[in-house]
Amino acid sequence: MAESENQNLERLANREYQYGFVTQIDEDRVPPGLDENIVRVISAKKGEPEWLLEWRLKALRRFLELAAEGHEPTWANVTYPKIDYQKIVYYAAPKPKTLASLDEVDPELLRTYERLGIGLTEQKRLHGIAVDAVFDSVSVATTFKEELERQGIIFCSFSEAVKRCPDLIREYLGSVVPYSDNFFAALNSAVFTDGSFAYVPKGVRCPMELSTYFRINAAGTGQFERTLLIADEGAYVSYLEGCTAPMRDENQLHAAVVELVALDDAEIKYSTVQNWYPGDKNGVGGIYNFVTKRGACRGRRSKISWTQVETGSAITWKYPSCILQGDDSVGAFYSVAMTNNRQQADTGTKMIHIGKNTRSTIVSKGISAGRGQQSYRGLVRIGPKAVGARNHSRCDSLLLGDTCGAHTFPYIEVKNPTATVEHEATTSKIGEDQLFYCRQRGLSEEDAVSMIVNGFCKEVLRELPMEFAVEAQNLLGLSLEGSVG
Amino acid sequence: MADALLELRDVHATAGGAAILHGVDLVVRPGEVHAVMGPNGSGKSTLANVLAGRPSVQITRGEMLFDGRDLAALSPEERAREGIFLAFQYPVEIPGVANMYFLKAALNAIRKHRGQPELDAMEFLQLARRKMKLVEMDEKLMQRSVNEGFSGGEKKRNEILQMAILEPRLAVLDETDSGLDIDALRVVAGGVNALRGPERSMIVITHYQRLLDYVEPDFVHVLAGGRIARSGGKELALELEEKGYGWLDAAGKR
Repeated sequence: MAESENQNLERLANREYQYGFVTQIDEDRVPPGLDENIVRVISAKKGEPEWLLEWRLKALRRFLELAAEGHEPTWANVTYPKIDYQKIVYYAAPKPKTLASLDEVDPELLRTYERLGIGLTEQKRLHGIAVDAVFDSVSVATTFKEELERQGIIFCSFSEAVKRCPDLIREYLGSVVPYSDNFFAALNSAVFTDGSFAYVPKGVRCPMELSTYFRINAAGTGQFERTLLIADEGAYVSYLEGCTAPMRDENQLHAAVVELVALDDAEIKYSTVQNWYPGDKNGVGGIYNFVTKRGACRGRRSKISWTQVETGSAITWKYPSCILQGDDSVGAFYSVAMTNNRQQADTGTKMIHIGKNTRSTIVSKGISAGRGQQSYRGLVRIGPKAVGARNHSRCDSLLLGDTCGAHTFPYIEVKNPTATVEHEATTSKIGEDQLFYCRQRGLSEEDAVSMIVNGFCKEVLRELPMEFAVEAQNLLGLSLEGSVG
Repeated sequence: MADALLELRDVHATAGGAAILHGVDLVVRPGEVHAVMGPNGSGKSTLANVLAGRPSVQITRGEMLFDGRDLAALSPEERAREGIFLAFQYPVEIPGVANMYFLKAALNAIRKHRGQPELDAMEFLQLARRKMKLVEMDEKLMQRSVNEGFSGGEKKRNEILQMAILEPRLAVLDETDSGLDIDALRVVAGGVNALRGPERSMIVITHYQRLLDYVEPDFVHVLAGGRIARSGGKELALELEEKGYGWLDAAGKR
């Protein structure tokens, strides 16, 4: 490609991060470092029951063992300096800590969310979306709670759920991602501070999108949230999460765990637009997004789908997965990941087929620009009892310019001879021909790139709920494709 | 005589670094249809591309004036918005972008430049339906991705449809007839003829005379060795058909 075009593509890729502001607010924070005492302090601040503290302490011991034995994962195709886990602040919260109503929320916080496009007050709420707003380590507000409760749906912060429905938490916490699952899951289980919880009862179709908006604000902290969604028999829920963080020169660790449980005939759609601060163009600062997300299709005919648009973070390490345990259950993973400048992403999914006639679909679209490096890593495992299981995987990579990279690591394990597994992969560059064609029709180069990228991602973007699709397109620097026809 | 819409003076150009055009002179006035013929490798497509501003094609000497303005100073999109349209020899596929959406975006970019209000989805749909009749195009193709999985004939019809919708002042048709069967050729030519008018000039680039059976040019030019070796009326095309390009070799080479 011509030099000038590479420069233009770079310019496009280098648009500024819009959410990089810092909110000045009084913080309640613990000193940096990680030991039993810190875990006890976090648990005490949340007024947790003894069993939960014990669970955290077991997780902490596991984490310290893994750390001592050098088990921090190194297999991902990403590089970063060693993290000093004793320098991280594991709890930071805006004061006051517990809120009876929105009126008590610091107006500065409400303004922060408004700047992010998330209205929390009654007048400014998003239409048809219930939002749980998590600021650093705590949930600051949840909207539409009462409306949801009328249908028996519980949607609140994780801390509140521990108090309101301890039996559900005790039954399901760690049932999909055990505290011993992996290095970062163990860390999260020890120090998780807040997150969202939702329970949709039998036969109820959740009437609105549930959404959590995560915001990292405090300096020197990590964010360790824990999300648990349970769809009881025949229930349906669509859940969205969005994430932003201020621009800071330091790297901040975000190690979340998300667990989903779908019982017989239940369906969970989980959508993410991840826009953590990616660092500057030289790779200084940015979030390390090391996340474990997993859904269990426990029931027959249950469905879980993950849709993610990943544009932020300095490093992304995440593999939203489905355990297809119930017969005839269905898993899906739709992903758009964009890396530019010095961003690195190693992302993909795991589809574990256990039950009979289980089906899974994987559609991964990777876009690399600048010096971005991107890997798709996906496991499809068909167990010995998964008679008639089917998987279809499609991984496409699009390169903008010639200094970025795209890699694909598919892992396929089939232990049942009746299974059908298909894997397709393509890599393409935005060609001079495509750009010239668009420009010859009067479109600016910027619009042309947006249009081509948007077309490339279409299969994934159409899986997102409408409001989020728009946000995602804007994020990708896209104009509104599909407004006609 | 009316002022020239397009004037090329001693245009030299390289494509991908190789010198292809060695001094092309051409004057096109409003409403005129010029056929540019010539053997393979004579520089026909380079001429089309230098007019449209393809980045890999560079003008190295001479000048191109469009409506009195220096074309070389304009980006490809600026030329398009000023009214230069290139019907591509090999139309490009854009996966995932609906044809309808693409065309609407293009038309609105041009309308905006002209200071006209942008069309909304309904207005555009009505316009597109009207124009589709011109090229006997199936409406289903509007919902599909741009040129993706289109047959050769469908791609060329799509080019002519775009021309009909964008209403350029100068249309450059780069071997639009190549690869078409006789029915498709008739449809495409019918579309081109319907778009002829006093305000629209055309440069029809073709290897064969047969397109000119349907689209009757006002002038015919023969490009050979990167220069216009001969110009004449439509009878020149018939002469070429009869004698082939061989007799021009001596004239075209220095």
